[in-house]
Amino acid sequence: MFAYVARRVVYAIPIILSVALVCFLLVHITPGDPLVAVLPADASQELAQQLRVAYGFDKPLPVQFGLWIWRALHGDLGASIATGRPVLSEVMNAVRNTVMLAVFAAAIGFTLGLFFGLIAGYFRDTWVDKVATSIAIAGVSVPHYWLGMVLVIIFSVQLNWLPAVGAGPGGSGAWAWDWEHMKYLILPAVTTSVIPMGIVTRTVRALTGDILSQDFVEALRAKGLQEFKVFTHVIKNAAPTALAVMGLQLGYMLGGSILIETVFSWPGSGLLLNSAIFQRDLPLLQGTILVLALFFVFLNLLVDIAQAFIDPRIKRA
Amino acid sequence: MLTVATALTLPQFAQAQTIKIGMTAADIPRTLGQPDQGFEGNRFTGNTMYEGLTLWDLSSATKPSVVIPGLATEWAVNDSDKTKWTFKLRPGVKFHDGSDFNADAVVWNVEKVLKQDAPHFDASQVGVTASRMPTLVSARKIDDMTVELTTKEPDSFLPINLTNLFMASPAKWQSFYDKAQGADAKAKAAAAWDAFSKDASGTGPWKMAKFTPRERLELVKNTAYWNKDRVPKVDGMVLLPMPEANARTAALLSGQIDWAEAPAPDAVKEITARGFKIEKNEQPHVWPWQFSRIEGSPWNDLRVRKAANLCIDREGLRDGLLAGLMVPATGTFEPGHPWHGNPTFKIKYDLKEAQKLMAEAGYGPNKKLKVKTQTSASGSGQMQPLPMNEYMQQALAECYFDVQLDVIEWNTLFTNWRRGAKDPTANNSNATNVTFAAMDPFFALVRFLQSGMAPPVSNNWGFINNPKFDELVKKARTTFDAAERDKALAELHAASVDDAAFLYVAHDVGPRALSPKIKNFVQPKSWFVDFSTMTMTP
Repeated sequence: MFAYVARRVVYAIPIILSVALVCFLLVHITPGDPLVAVLPADASQELAQQLRVAYGFDKPLPVQFGLWIWRALHGDLGASIATGRPVLSEVMNAVRNTVMLAVFAAAIGFTLGLFFGLIAGYFRDTWVDKVATSIAIAGVSVPHYWLGMVLVIIFSVQLNWLPAVGAGPGGSGAWAWDWEHMKYLILPAVTTSVIPMGIVTRTVRALTGDILSQDFVEALRAKGLQEFKVFTHVIKNAAPTALAVMGLQLGYMLGGSILIETVFSWPGSGLLLNSAIFQRDLPLLQGTILVLALFFVFLNLLVDIAQAFIDPRIKRA
Repeated sequence: MLTVATALTLPQFAQAQTIKIGMTAADIPRTLGQPDQGFEGNRFTGNTMYEGLTLWDLSSATKPSVVIPGLATEWAVNDSDKTKWTFKLRPGVKFHDGSDFNADAVVWNVEKVLKQDAPHFDASQVGVTASRMPTLVSARKIDDMTVELTTKEPDSFLPINLTNLFMASPAKWQSFYDKAQGADAKAKAAAAWDAFSKDASGTGPWKMAKFTPRERLELVKNTAYWNKDRVPKVDGMVLLPMPEANARTAALLSGQIDWAEAPAPDAVKEITARGFKIEKNEQPHVWPWQFSRIEGSPWNDLRVRKAANLCIDREGLRDGLLAGLMVPATGTFEPGHPWHGNPTFKIKYDLKEAQKLMAEAGYGPNKKLKVKTQTSASGSGQMQPLPMNEYMQQALAECYFDVQLDVIEWNTLFTNWRRGAKDPTANNSNATNVTFAAMDPFFALVRFLQSGMAPPVSNNWGFINNPKFDELVKKARTTFDAAERDKALAELHAASVDDAAFLYVAHDVGPRALSPKIKNFVQPKSWFVDFSTMTMTP
């Protein structure tokens, strides 16, 4: 097991480096000047050059990349061009908010997804299956920013039950796990949860159906095992794949959704990315993407290891 | 301060009259004295917590905003050396931390952006400052309440430009510097500025109470403000960045905010139907096509430039596509503005005259003139660039133009603006569609019309080279009597309209939706507003 974990960790290193290189290059090859955010259009060339040197944009790309990686390894992702604040603290604040949103949305999405998936699989080809599958397809298909706006129109603008935007009466800095704050989380979390809900439903439905049709289930039933206990075997067999799917979905959610976080002005990594893109704040954009990519790789690693624990066959593979 | 900050988070503070504002910015504009985010930054974190030596008069909704005394009570240029200005400072003014505003503070604030070896020099504030006062080089204390400012060349625009230099408290900064950790003086200075941005101190009518970066800035009224007439009438103001128009509109309609900047245009009907008020007024802002005047450009023919200007039904654009949220442009400034002057060429919708001019220039229904314009799909001040340009495309087709649009990303368009029509990035375009602020003469006229401002120096994108413009720029810059300077600027503006230097289309109106609870709001003809006058009913 230790060898397996070590191997997976070593495999993650080139992935992280590749991600870092790609995100570094992507933001550099796009047209436009990174100093647009801080330089008025009529800024002198002398001033532009002075700032270019100050931010290190005058150096060749490989040198910029090397310096960036070196500093990143020391916990320094530079300073935001637009605000001058350290990128790492900006990103970590935003990630904290996105994690909060993702975990809440995952709880909703996975619970509903598991529920719908299991009953759809168990009652395959019945009306129960059709209803659950329809909900799953709608969840995957509906544009979630559109759903967010619809929810805002209904629950905020028309009914005035829930706030439309923000992260609590005092902002996320004054967050508390009480109703006054939780109500700000409900609409963005529900909107975020529909895609994982749909995907988990469809995955679990397919797995449940397959497992129920296998011989060992017949054997368990033939032994006179109660249906409930048979079903726990089904769940155990479905768990590794379902877990992998959920892990991936959690990874996507931890990446933050630019659209959902912008619609709800939720101060997470998606909104931060949006802001960095529009302000063309390269250090912030690179730092945010790097941290999110690390999260994604780390989560995948965790999922792989968890799968190996649950299903010993994976370790040998 | 902690008490105030705590009070702001409590429900009872709502009863203490707090106005919550949804800004279009994606982040709180910088709070350390020199804001970013363009004039939205000056509007919310510049003119609220801070002030310059000169201020904009924002008291009238009908008269153009003009420069008035601020932290300086009077100023004059030296008769024998027109690069030297003397500013008399306002006595009795204190920063929010209780320290005195005086000549040392002015020198310190000039040095924060211009003197690279000053301990408090901050490169991050230079970009958003230096270009707004391009000729200022230094400041010198004469006595406690008098300073001398020096420009590198005679420049009568200096008092206008100084509205952009916000005075931060040196004493407060020094206290942060003394406590700062850092490897060297530069690192300590950076740490001090970072700390200052979270606990700011200016002289303005609003004081910082609580700041959560990227989420909210809470301000409270400065009861000790020097101008008793402008001590805010409400207790507090909360600024919330909400870059998405629909989010701002929903927050307004659900009662989460009391004020939405630039609400979604298609929601205007619902907003007003629910009792909210849309405030708007002509802004010093121009939505133009800036012509290329390089060799071979189709716009080098004055008849063609005039024809295009006569071919646009601006009232139709206003009443149809933009739901009333624009003012038709007849130049950079409209009649009533001190810099408008008396152009002989009247910009209006006159299709027949436009067609006649085009025919004289050799074009007709069977021989259309191909022109290409660069624009963006979005961007600060760009209003609704795509539908507006498609409207232009259709309108100009009536006058025998065959318009091709080259749509590029906003920041790229902005960068290309500086590179000029000759640069490959212009992609052989004959015009560019970048909106601009017209608050001061340099921004509004000089950078576009003076031949010396051609790329790479500044924004004369089309390489206009008109000796008359150059002569009038020089005259305006070296006329130090305010009334005479205004006359010179009016002459320059009239000359630019007569030469159809731009295709003038629209001025933005800075629409904002306000709760009916907000009273006594004045929307001036400016990018800025005075938040001090407002009251709020429970």
